[in-house]
Amino acid sequence: MDNLLLLFQAPPLALQVLIDGLLVGAILAMPAYGMALVWGVMNIINVTQGEFVLLGGFITYILFTTTGISPIWGIPVSFVALYVIGWVIYKIVIFRIVDRDLFISILATFGISIMLQQLMNVFFGADIQTADPGLESWGFMDDMIIVAPIRLIAFAMVFVLGGILVMFMRQSRMGRAIRATSQNARAARIMGVDTDKVYATTYALNAAICGAAGALVVMTSVIGPFLGIIYTVRSFLIVVVAGLGNLGAVVVSALGLGALENYAGFILGAEFQVAFVYILMVVILIYRSLMLRRQRRYLT
Amino acid sequence: MTFLSRKFAYLATGAAVAALMASTPADARVDGDTITLGAALSLTGKYSTAGHHTQRGYELAKKMINDAGGVTVGGKTYKIDIKYYDDESTPARGAQLVERLIQQDGVKFMLGPYSSGLTKAVAPIIDKYKIPMIEANGAARSLFTQGYKYLFAVLNTADQYLAESITLAAEHAKAQGKDPSSVKVALVFENDPFSQDVRLGVVEKAKEHNMKIIIDDKLPPELNDMASSLNKVRALRPDLLVVSGHSKGAALAIRQMTEMKVKVPMLAMTHCEAAKVTDEKNFGTHAEGTLCATQWDENLAYKDQIFGSALDYYNRFAKDYDYNPPYQSAESSAAVYVYTKAFEKAGSFDVDKVRDAIAATQMETFYGPIKFDAAGKNIAKPMVLRQIQDGKYIPVAPTKFATGKFRAGM
Repeated sequence: MDNLLLLFQAPPLALQVLIDGLLVGAILAMPAYGMALVWGVMNIINVTQGEFVLLGGFITYILFTTTGISPIWGIPVSFVALYVIGWVIYKIVIFRIVDRDLFISILATFGISIMLQQLMNVFFGADIQTADPGLESWGFMDDMIIVAPIRLIAFAMVFVLGGILVMFMRQSRMGRAIRATSQNARAARIMGVDTDKVYATTYALNAAICGAAGALVVMTSVIGPFLGIIYTVRSFLIVVVAGLGNLGAVVVSALGLGALENYAGFILGAEFQVAFVYILMVVILIYRSLMLRRQRRYLT
Repeated sequence: MTFLSRKFAYLATGAAVAALMASTPADARVDGDTITLGAALSLTGKYSTAGHHTQRGYELAKKMINDAGGVTVGGKTYKIDIKYYDDESTPARGAQLVERLIQQDGVKFMLGPYSSGLTKAVAPIIDKYKIPMIEANGAARSLFTQGYKYLFAVLNTADQYLAESITLAAEHAKAQGKDPSSVKVALVFENDPFSQDVRLGVVEKAKEHNMKIIIDDKLPPELNDMASSLNKVRALRPDLLVVSGHSKGAALAIRQMTEMKVKVPMLAMTHCEAAKVTDEKNFGTHAEGTLCATQWDENLAYKDQIFGSALDYYNRFAKDYDYNPPYQSAESSAAVYVYTKAFEKAGSFDVDKVRDAIAATQMETFYGPIKFDAAGKNIAKPMVLRQIQDGKYIPVAPTKFATGKFRAGM
């Protein structure tokens, strides 16, 4: 309880923990977006989120080490690269499982995740990697509060990306098609929507968002071929808490969980940081299973 | 394909299978003038990098020992050969393959796999078949509390990894005219068996000096972020921060301490080398002053007849494999070397005689002195702490072996 006391004695510290939590939450929000999107539109729980994130991280890392340009460029590059990879994976595997039940899709994406892990291991090696964005952290209030600019970029990106996604869904032809397909795929097909293309776009878009998140992860933390589970589980958690069909809820849930787990880690000790989030998830799952029937929704 | 040629194909296949079966004798431990050791190693999977370091260590030792004439047993010289399987970094597969090495390939002398987890999976098997195994890469303390009689380790156990940092902090406090008990220690350890073993050793040593442990965080393996622990460090200002969590822990600590502008007078870690924290491109010079635990350093005054000095080994490895040997390779080479000495001492390839000869080992090697206690762990060699000074690893503790001096306040 000493740690709890510490927070009250030093309010800037409490603020710092909150900021760190929100900024971590922002990075986790991105793969969660993607997961909600794929889950809502295609009814697939995509457990390769973590591997997509790491792949984005590795692409950024390779770009950084081979060309020497700032790893920040990795954000758009990974976005595009993962879009292509996502599209290819859809064309090889995912399209076969779109209309199957949830169990099949989890099994298939789980298989893809294992394969991606091993491929990353073969191509990039099993070592832990990190890339330095080369940005000095900002100190406020006599260095009592420290904020890393790269994390602020991540924070801003979540909202920008979210905004773009919402616009895309509402305004563009493809966005309308995606929404139509998620509401009723058969009816959409009858009305002339190329649902296959809709699914491919959705899946590729998800991979791309994860890729951009991966670029941020390699700059703020570390990546390795076998760390994917961290991001997959967090995405799942955030989406479960937020529910499908609401992008805003995903953001709030991600930021909230980030802040909560940071406080839990600070007060109870790091050993309870993740345990706390899991316990929360169980509680929410039980609540939701009582409240929610499975349904397909789109993100608005 | 005509009927005849198909029939011929069957015959040929049958013959090949028969030949294959005949060529795997039930007892392959000594085949002519070759003695075969066996090892299941992580050549693919998450430990593949370290697995290859281990294999190269074994291979270099094999090459150098054979070049120096091999092993002389009962007046006859034998060459060493090593049979490998890939355990894919999974314990279950490792156990399976070791059983296969023993049962099908007739290997009677085993070398260890990489990592404590794999060694833990393999140890009961070798104990069941009463086959000795000298391992070089399983440091968990719990390996040596099970009463295994055939398991020997040339390396220091995990609890010794960072205990030396406490001693160094105590010495440093004394030199400044302060009482060692005034030193405040912060511990941030990953919650896995290895790191927790490291923690135990540190806690024990800190208790000896009556130091106060003000932070004691156990990071879950599912966490890729150290912010909450580092915030505490910044608030409570410990004199010594000790971190261990494989290369992920080391890389995270340096990356986030830089990002969060957390500074401590002393920082001690494991796995600095694996995390490449001295790599300026990725970490700048932010790892400067960090104390890193290592099993071995090329500047230590160790030597033997086969490998020469520690530095000779270092240069030879660098020449053969085009990179500098990590300690995983050095200790793996030492394990093979212990076998050759044990064979010569036993004067035969009788498993029990060799086992007893290993148990009685007392030798100097380029890797350090080796002497096993009753549990099978090496108690003669100290752990070394190296400090990163101007981007280089300089041994600074234990003070009696150190070639450099500890620089405070970095």
